[in-house]
Amino acid sequence: MTEILSTDFMQRAILAALLVGAVAPMVGIFVVQRRMSLIGDGMGHVALAGVAIGVLTDQSPVLTALVAAVIAAVVIEILRARGRTSGDQALAIIFYGGIAAGVVIISKAPDGTPANLMKYLFGSILTVRQDDLVIFAVLAVVIAVTTWVLRPRLFAVANDEEYARAVGLPVLALNIVLAVLTATTVVIAMRIVGLLLISALMIVPNAAAQLFARSFSSGVRWAIALGLVSAVGGVVASYPLNTPSGGTIVLVAIGLFLVISISTSVVQRVHGNRHDRAEGHDHEHGPGCGHASVPHEDHVDYVHDGHLHAPHHGHYDEHGEVAPADQTTEEVTP
Amino acid sequence: MSAIIELTDASFGYGRRPVLTGASLTVERGEVVAVLGPNGAGKSTLMKGILGLNHRLGGTVTLFGTPADELRDRARIGYVPQRHTLSSSVRATAEEIVESGRLPRLGWHGRLRATDRQIVCRSLDLVGLADRAGTEVSTLSGGQQRRVLIARALAGQPDVLIMDEPTAGVDAASQHVLADVLGRLVERGVTMVIVTHELGALRSLLSRIIVVDRGRIVFDGDRERYAARRGLIHHDHDSHHHDLELTPPPGAVVHGPLDPFDSRGRTP
Repeated sequence: MTEILSTDFMQRAILAALLVGAVAPMVGIFVVQRRMSLIGDGMGHVALAGVAIGVLTDQSPVLTALVAAVIAAVVIEILRARGRTSGDQALAIIFYGGIAAGVVIISKAPDGTPANLMKYLFGSILTVRQDDLVIFAVLAVVIAVTTWVLRPRLFAVANDEEYARAVGLPVLALNIVLAVLTATTVVIAMRIVGLLLISALMIVPNAAAQLFARSFSSGVRWAIALGLVSAVGGVVASYPLNTPSGGTIVLVAIGLFLVISISTSVVQRVHGNRHDRAEGHDHEHGPGCGHASVPHEDHVDYVHDGHLHAPHHGHYDEHGEVAPADQTTEEVTP
Repeated sequence: MSAIIELTDASFGYGRRPVLTGASLTVERGEVVAVLGPNGAGKSTLMKGILGLNHRLGGTVTLFGTPADELRDRARIGYVPQRHTLSSSVRATAEEIVESGRLPRLGWHGRLRATDRQIVCRSLDLVGLADRAGTEVSTLSGGQQRRVLIARALAGQPDVLIMDEPTAGVDAASQHVLADVLGRLVERGVTMVIVTHELGALRSLLSRIIVVDRGRIVFDGDRERYAARRGLIHHDHDSHHHDLELTPPPGAVVHGPLDPFDSRGRTP
């Protein structure tokens, strides 16, 4: 481990992994919420055209990729907002146009070999340069701050776009900001995750967190934690295994998803067998419903004909008879 | 004091196709108005037109004395959209959903302060869901989810609530709770425009009834006048046991993408 950390390129790769692992799920949650899980993939395609232009003109491929992906992001959102039925096909044309142009342009570059292309498509820990790292760090801070400041509004728009429009939130502007954040995340991730696999790091940690999260904010926190573990774990493992870092990161993330998926379903099954339902419950308990309430550790029971009923999902759990120690706090006559 | 909503000969639709034409209507402060009509008649189109969610093809819309296009403070209109469930691809608690209703009051980057959180709590309390604030919304019943949407609209402290089918698809027990919630809002003097299929439990709360049919407002009056002229208003539909659900003749109603007409099994 110390040997891994002592090499310069590994230090840089791990730093890049920390940035990507935290930022990708943070932006990804809104992409998942808008049911646009594949949009990051498309932006990766367009970014390849940017990379190719950078390689050909001897510019920094990171910067040219950023410009290409951001332009694509804005165009995509404007197309979506105009709501044309052909919007879907327009996206396909943009995405495939991007990857096709990337492949063709890079073949014309002096050092445009297939091996050169591979490291952009699937990620490589050897490619993170010092100046890249500075750009990544600046972009990651910009993404994290923007996402944090706008989080409630991005949530509102992704949750119910029609409502957001009705109450006067700047829906188009927020959607364009999210698209640009997605494009920027794609560019930060392109060195170690690769342009074809970036989307996975935005989506998979969120998919895993949604299996057990009970609120939006806890979902985000867990997704970031899982993203960090996947990105750093994948980079560290790819060195001794001598595998492409992007593929390794995504496999770690999917492995985590499977473990969480299996364990949550086991827990649910065990838990499901343990709790009793109050049968045939037509009345809805609530503050002032006419039944006394008894606060317990993490829930409120209502006294219903001498039995304790606790709201659980769409039904009521039977929590046994009222014990002498129970202190009722509210006695309301119906 | 100017009217809350004022339409003069307004037409709304999608693209260039009008769905509702020649609508004139004034809603004053404190009124509780039901908008009735068969499926595809243009009720939702009328509401979306008032909210600026579709295209106005003629006439004028004035909200709080200001032309609708120039109204900056759109949070004054609380919108409760027609949703059968709140389930989305991402988990969120009732409180998180209701908080999003507070945002229009906070500018473009403001964050929720203690007073905003209190308003969110009060809104949840008003719809009887104070004890479910931290509950993930997809685990709530259909009626409870509707009340979360009402609380979200209330969190913006609106001057008028526009509700699209708040009782549709909700079981009887929840309908009563919902009617109680609306009753509490009426007591507080909240102005409401409620689109609904049937008056049912809402009947006693209403001060006025509007009937929309085939893209036009065909009746506008109080409960007594509605009761007296009911047969006349729904003249064509008398043969049908559910007088407000009927297939209009082909070509009578133009359908927009957001106002889908359910043509399954509703032949007269």
